[in-house]
Amino acid sequence: MKKVTSQIDKSQQVITIRGLKKSFDEFDILKGVDLDLYQGENLVVLGRSGTGKSVLIKIISGLLKADSGLVNVLGCDMNKITPKEINTLRLKIGFSFQNSALYDSMTIRENLEFPLTRNRKDLSQQERDQMVEMVLEAVGLSQSINQMPAELSGGQRKRIGIARTLILQPQIMLYDEPTAGLDPITSIEINKLINEVQQRFNTSSIIITHDLTCARDTGDRIVMLLDGQFQRQGTFDEVFATDDERVKAFYNYNFTD
Amino acid sequence: MNSNTNQVKEENRGRHLLSKRLDRAFGELYNIYAFVGRFFKEAFMPPYEGREIIKQCYEIGVKSLPLVSLTGFIIGIVFTNQSRVSLAEFGGTSWLPALISVAIVRALAPLVTAIISAGKVGSQIGAELGSMKVTEQIDAMEVSASNPFRFLVVTRVLATTFMVPSLMMYMVFVALLGGYINVHQHELTSFTTYFIQVFNAVTFLDVFSSVIKSFLFGFTIGVVGCYKGYNSSKGTQGVGKAANTSVVMAMFLIFIEELLSLQIITALR
Repeated sequence: MKKVTSQIDKSQQVITIRGLKKSFDEFDILKGVDLDLYQGENLVVLGRSGTGKSVLIKIISGLLKADSGLVNVLGCDMNKITPKEINTLRLKIGFSFQNSALYDSMTIRENLEFPLTRNRKDLSQQERDQMVEMVLEAVGLSQSINQMPAELSGGQRKRIGIARTLILQPQIMLYDEPTAGLDPITSIEINKLINEVQQRFNTSSIIITHDLTCARDTGDRIVMLLDGQFQRQGTFDEVFATDDERVKAFYNYNFTD
Repeated sequence: MNSNTNQVKEENRGRHLLSKRLDRAFGELYNIYAFVGRFFKEAFMPPYEGREIIKQCYEIGVKSLPLVSLTGFIIGIVFTNQSRVSLAEFGGTSWLPALISVAIVRALAPLVTAIISAGKVGSQIGAELGSMKVTEQIDAMEVSASNPFRFLVVTRVLATTFMVPSLMMYMVFVALLGGYINVHQHELTSFTTYFIQVFNAVTFLDVFSSVIKSFLFGFTIGVVGCYKGYNSSKGTQGVGKAANTSVVMAMFLIFIEELLSLQIITALR
């Protein structure tokens, strides 16, 4: 169960989605999704692989366009947003990729400085260095500053990926399968880090996962994506208190091996 | 009746496939056009990625020097040696420096440099950007509002556009040096005499047209490599395909451009 107490402001929605539809060729992936994310909340989107969870956060970040439906992020309508506006909006959204997506030709310092040098030209080199050190300290990897991504373990790469998104001090964090491919102990450490980020940086987060431990440990609220729509939502216990065989199967597969 | 229906169905399927392929081909053509258009738009708008352009010039230009040196030197020696046989038949071996210089400056150096660059640099760009696409590094730049197109594409295309002509000029020098060694060995021609004959045979139009051609070849190699890599499909197979098609398509376009430029230069001459 989630250990930390979140300060969720239910009067302030940071993301509002209504009737979102997305298909690829003849495959309907999202069939009318409704979602609200509140200020300070960690929302977990659970679902099997290929159900469109990653598609959902790619639409939120503007990497993909919705076929239809309303997607409002921090007051911006993603269907009507201009390229200039989307760049401004993206500074407020952090995206942690499934495979970390670190720039493998750059050192960790260069990886972290990359978004800063392009978006915060007002900062001096000394201020940039301080910010790099601050986010590295936040993810507990200060000693890796001069290493190359290839020299890091999977868990360390995830942490650096999160650090790179934190450096622009986003209001919203989007985590794509944060614990995928990690051992149970490292997964627990990443879950703790997600909660720490929420507390320390006061972010609202969407966590995409099929790992129930991650969902239980990080989520203030959980929604379950089944057949292209959200079928269940609530706390961890509420979501799984059901007779729906598909939901029960998901739970049993994760916890009763 | 049934066989007639099947025949009609087969014909329709054939037409459908053809229209799908045409649709894809025209779609690809439009995408390339849009890609080049975006390059020109982004290349002239600040902020400029000066440091990355210099880095790419080093990667593309300086790191190709050993290969260009070796190829140019061997071409100079081999071409001189093979040409001697024909010229010797009517006692014209004293024309060798002039023949070599015209052949190298007008055709061999621009074409060989472009083909080497397409193989080495084009495949490298295609594979590098392709793997960045597959591992979501390009998406990561996009979501951090960092304009991956400007950082990855504009810098590489500018670097190839300026480095290929530089490499071509260097290859001219190395190939002429190779030619000189062979001529000196057989005809005992001095260095000064050899290069006086070389410069007398080459006109301004020869040098100018080769430089312009090389700019075009460099631009083509950069655009094709970046386009294929930037738009590669997901998976490791997509990366391999991006690298491979970058080379094949760039070479194909280089030969067409060579043919067209030959017509234009001949008309000018």
